[in-house]
Amino acid sequence: MFAYYLDLALRSLKRSPGLTALMVLAIGFGVAASMTSWSVFRAVSGDPIPWKSAQLFVPQIDNWGPSNNPLSQGEPPNAMDYADATALMRDHRAKLQSAMYQISPSVVPAEATKHPINVSGHAVYGEFFPMLDVPFQYGSGWGASDDTNRAQVVVISSKLNQKLFGGANSVGKSVNIESHDYRVVGVLKDWNPQPRFYDVVNSGGFNSQSDDVFLPFLTAIQANMQNDGNTNCNAVPKESGFVGLQHSECVWIAYMAELDDASAVSTYRNYLQGYAREQQQNGRFGWAPNNRLRNLPAWLDNQHVVPSDTKVSLLVALGLLLVCLVNTIGLLLAKFLRRSAEIGVRRALGAPRMAIYAQFLTEAGIVGVAGGVLGLLLTCAGVASVGWVMPKDIAALARLDVSLLLLTLLVAVVATMLAGLYPTYRASRVQPAWQLKSN
Amino acid sequence: MKLHPMIAALRKHKAGVVLIALQIALTLAIVCNAIFIIGQRIDRVNRPTGLDESNLFLVTQQWVGAPSADTPDGVAKLDAMQKEDLVALRNLPGVASVAPINSLPLLNSSWNGAVSLKPDAKFSDTGNNVRTTYYFTDDQAMSTLGVKLAAGRWFNAGDVQNQGFRDNPPRPIVIVTKALADKLFPKGDAVGKPIYVDGSSAPSTIVGVVTRLQVPSTGSWVNGFTWNATLVPTRLDAGFARYAVRTKPGQLEAAMKAAAPTLYKVNPLRVLDDDSVKSYADIRAEAYRADVGMAILMGVICLVLLSVTAAGIVGLTSFWVGQRHRQIGVRRALGARKVDILHYFQLENLLIAGSGAVIGIVMAIGLNLWLMRLYQMDRLPVVYTLIGVAAVLVLGQCAVFVPARRASNVPPVTATRAA
Repeated sequence: MFAYYLDLALRSLKRSPGLTALMVLAIGFGVAASMTSWSVFRAVSGDPIPWKSAQLFVPQIDNWGPSNNPLSQGEPPNAMDYADATALMRDHRAKLQSAMYQISPSVVPAEATKHPINVSGHAVYGEFFPMLDVPFQYGSGWGASDDTNRAQVVVISSKLNQKLFGGANSVGKSVNIESHDYRVVGVLKDWNPQPRFYDVVNSGGFNSQSDDVFLPFLTAIQANMQNDGNTNCNAVPKESGFVGLQHSECVWIAYMAELDDASAVSTYRNYLQGYAREQQQNGRFGWAPNNRLRNLPAWLDNQHVVPSDTKVSLLVALGLLLVCLVNTIGLLLAKFLRRSAEIGVRRALGAPRMAIYAQFLTEAGIVGVAGGVLGLLLTCAGVASVGWVMPKDIAALARLDVSLLLLTLLVAVVATMLAGLYPTYRASRVQPAWQLKSN
Repeated sequence: MKLHPMIAALRKHKAGVVLIALQIALTLAIVCNAIFIIGQRIDRVNRPTGLDESNLFLVTQQWVGAPSADTPDGVAKLDAMQKEDLVALRNLPGVASVAPINSLPLLNSSWNGAVSLKPDAKFSDTGNNVRTTYYFTDDQAMSTLGVKLAAGRWFNAGDVQNQGFRDNPPRPIVIVTKALADKLFPKGDAVGKPIYVDGSSAPSTIVGVVTRLQVPSTGSWVNGFTWNATLVPTRLDAGFARYAVRTKPGQLEAAMKAAAPTLYKVNPLRVLDDDSVKSYADIRAEAYRADVGMAILMGVICLVLLSVTAAGIVGLTSFWVGQRHRQIGVRRALGARKVDILHYFQLENLLIAGSGAVIGIVMAIGLNLWLMRLYQMDRLPVVYTLIGVAAVLVLGQCAVFVPARRASNVPPVTATRAA
């Protein structure tokens, strides 16, 4: 029976090629627009570390107090000052944790003929690597003793390893960073999570350029390696220079901790509360503790990592799909009711309503498949040209993959079948007697 | 022509009418908001920065193994290195003037703070403070940037100081933008008056007012102080430095090409990569890439939306024309002229599109309110709704014309034939 309906549908579609083309075009464009925006939205709103994001937490401590409220509406600063970050590291209450700050040092290649290059990176603690499951190609991160001893070690990206050592195993070799020699202990695999969840405050979430060097936090501080990211102050530092920044209440350090279960989270929460109360008692904070401890998804949401432009585009594109569907309902209705006579004959010859449903939904399905195929092609074109209309760092994330293509086809067919429901219902209600009489 | 029979006829095919009206309403709602977004982005991109943007480029460079800017000795060495660079760039053929500067409008790298009429103001004291960005530059900046003085004077060579990047010395004189001056001194007598920068206790005297200069950031967080800039006659000494370079007309490319080799000749131990020498046109394009992109995207979506809706109107009207073939013939046989039939379908469309537009206005405002709540959109001005209404009505009339004309060509003899 299905083959028969298929044949009927194809005949009917061929009979009015203009109308058919209109429907297919509408579905194709509608689906392609929404799928293209979806591919961007999916990329920017994705979980960068899905297997662990619920265990990663970002603590915030209010070291500015209520005087900052007119600007912050009671939220603590979104980064930490040096005193709090190092105190939390010293207390070491989470399973794994790391304070980190963004650096942008110069690296001098060994060959004298090459000009120095500028790299970006982070100064982190050794626990950063196991905490974030950072993949290594060669070697590994450094240990706790390297942190406390301010060891001259470095972990470099595969890209920098390619540039400096031609991609060979460079563990044990030395790299000249800001005129100091650092021993390579690890080379990362290609690793550039998007959003850059470990420091969204400084990366703004998305950055197509990967971090190329990771140095021990205290080593970088000792080497006077200045922070490259944002520095926010509620007052001008009393002392000058980088050391003055470290002694100030200015916030510039990101912090992340791994807490594996609910009890660990509540223990850590209590610890933060106790820490802030202690600061209040010794006179540093003139206000009650005001901390936050958000897990990674909540933190990314709080920091508005997904650009609102992306969300608005998705919304508008879905609106376009909706209009295309309303359009398809109208055209299918016109098309189906034009064949009232044919329906009348079929019904008079004994076809049940279900048969009419099957026949016309088959027809709608075919339109859906055709629209889907057109939508596939347009989605490919859309994803390829998204770089024209979106910021580079975000456009680079939009990818075409099998799941997107299948989704495109599925959305097209399901949406068209849904659009076909009402016209089919109307077709099935055609009174055979009335149709036969008028002819 | 009477509307009553037309409405009575429309009742006969409710579903089609409702669908077209709904489609027009949705189209209107989306198109209004999309055009509004486009308009906003175009306004944003077109606002002048206050610079003379042609023949201007920026060099951003970093020294390798530079002395520390945290010691007086290091600051002196860094300042000497910076001055050497400035001399070399100023001597380049085709270069008109060069100024050291910490950032430029649209560069999205900024030093911001607050100025006050009172000494020792706390940052959080929003009542007394006016937020501002700082440009640290020198006496050559006026001609280099191409900014215009509204009052007072520019810095002279004797005003220019230097400081370590993270130091905070007193700033005896400053120049502010007119926007900032008007906020601090609404009477317009800012020149010669003292202000206090970043809660300082030492006054800074305003020596000049520039007509316009935008802050470096383009993010929404600077919306409150986009035009508030304070210029400080100070070279910042750090491991990196930026130089704004104005070339003579037509010499931009040649001068940009010569910049890196010239600086390497002064001192090879520095980082100068592909991004280090950038024309101002590139800086602008990069800053507004997302806005231009969003405008293009909304434009494309509007276009598709309007085409789909037009196509839908053509399709359904054609169906109705086919359905009413006989009735049209009867009307023609009874004496209706071709133009009457044409007008009938045109008026019918106007009626449907009009009612769709009424619903659409409500939906457009609803969608706008929703976007405002979720994504900090601005309120949709009435004029955009009116443009949208006009657009869908015209679209409806254009779309209906072809099937309506076909209807008007139905010969009266059809009335005598069986359907």
